[in-house]
Amino acid sequence: MAAAVLSSQSVNQASHIDALKPSWLSNEVLTGTSIMAVEFDGGVVVGADSRTSMGTYVSNRVTDKLTRVTDRIYCCRSGSAADTQAIADIVAAQMELLEVTMGEPPRVRVAANTFKEICYNYRDSLMAGIIVAGWDKAIGGQVYTIPLGGMIVRQPVAIGGSGSTYVWGHIDATYKPNMNKQETVDFVKNTLTLALTRDGSSGGVVRVAVITKDGVERQTFLHNDLPQFYQG
Amino acid sequence: MEDSGDIHTGFQFTNFARNEKMVSRGFPMPVCRKTGTTIAGVVFKDGVVLGADTRATEGDIVADKNCSKIHYLQPNMYCCGAGTAADLEMTTQLMAGQLELHRLNTGRQVPVIAANSMFKQMLFRYQGHIGAALVLGGVDKYGSHIYSIHPHGSTDRLPYTTMGSGSLAAMTVFEERWHPDMELDEAKQLVRDAIAGGVFNDLGSGSNIDLCIITKDGANMLRPYDVANVKGQRVGKYEYKRGVTEVLTKKVRPIEIVSETVRPIPGEDMDTA
Repeated sequence: MAAAVLSSQSVNQASHIDALKPSWLSNEVLTGTSIMAVEFDGGVVVGADSRTSMGTYVSNRVTDKLTRVTDRIYCCRSGSAADTQAIADIVAAQMELLEVTMGEPPRVRVAANTFKEICYNYRDSLMAGIIVAGWDKAIGGQVYTIPLGGMIVRQPVAIGGSGSTYVWGHIDATYKPNMNKQETVDFVKNTLTLALTRDGSSGGVVRVAVITKDGVERQTFLHNDLPQFYQG
Repeated sequence: MEDSGDIHTGFQFTNFARNEKMVSRGFPMPVCRKTGTTIAGVVFKDGVVLGADTRATEGDIVADKNCSKIHYLQPNMYCCGAGTAADLEMTTQLMAGQLELHRLNTGRQVPVIAANSMFKQMLFRYQGHIGAALVLGGVDKYGSHIYSIHPHGSTDRLPYTTMGSGSLAAMTVFEERWHPDMELDEAKQLVRDAIAGGVFNDLGSGSNIDLCIITKDGANMLRPYDVANVKGQRVGKYEYKRGVTEVLTKKVRPIEIVSETVRPIPGEDMDTA
């Protein structure tokens, strides 16, 4: 981007105050992140960790990365905090308008494709990995993953963020279709715990939301209450 | 230079090549004034307390020993700023104007979340080129709120937050002593101590500590709240009396006026309505 070119040439005056200033101060705020979403019969369960990092500094240790798009559609945000917050706000506003014009809540696929349009068309300027999940009366629970380049694909289980790399094997081994609500919540909680304890950019609490036709049920699992796995 | 008819809005990159040449010839770019800064905000029982140090730096030099970093937005909202001083001043003044227009348009007190949205949408539009990191605090009918706003346009709503180069020093104080529903005096002392952490341990922050307390009854700006760094008193007079230094030679050269010219400036026509 032109931005990078311009800024590099004007940092020639290295005063020693600047040398003392840690680099994390000028770094963009990222959500290091572990996020996931799982479909089950009756809805979806979405989950995320709560760490927002700025270089090596944790700027928010209690972040809520499960952002409301509509009453029955949530998105999990990973990547640049500014980019994902801006995108989620834009899509939420568009969905609100759509609900008024269509006379009914928008479908999950519509919201997901709206995210995709933005993420794909501005792919060179954005750093956003988003998982859109929710319930609508046409199909039921759906999860759509929209990784960095702006592709969209529906999956029964989607994981994302830097912490997801540690748990691909775990979900392949553990996921089975037709789990009930409690099993799905436990699956999400365990997976995120494994990811967050191994990934430096993820941490804090585990936030979970269960979305069904009856609404959204949010839970927060504090760090001390997370399941204990092999600690060696 | 472009002719005046060719004005484009937005950032101008026309001097880029010239600046590169000048730097390569040994003329360093002027340093922009930054507020090194420690700023903080907490939510307490009856509202919010915002705090800031008062040092503005230009590279290694302290450009202003007592600058005001807590900016007025609305009677129920103030914001502390860290980052590039010019960007902060202009952004907060622009937002204060926009918020007043919002208040007049809607006929009611502006909620803090509205200011947050306006800041984040503007900063995101400029993709981080506006170096403004803010702690926004205020009280409205929905409660008391503190928001931290980063230059790229991301925001966090938190019960306590710090920003600036001294933010780590200040955050240690908060993490140790903050708890929900503090009383006013406890909150003031906590914010004062957090800013003091930055003032004394961060080279980019210093001088005095300003506080601003906002409750549902309005805002109270305490500037300075704590003059933490008083300039030392000179112990003695270091002047030399006349006659102490021996005069060896004296040469007087009077200023001679060689010539005088008077140039009349043509008078302007009288203004008539």
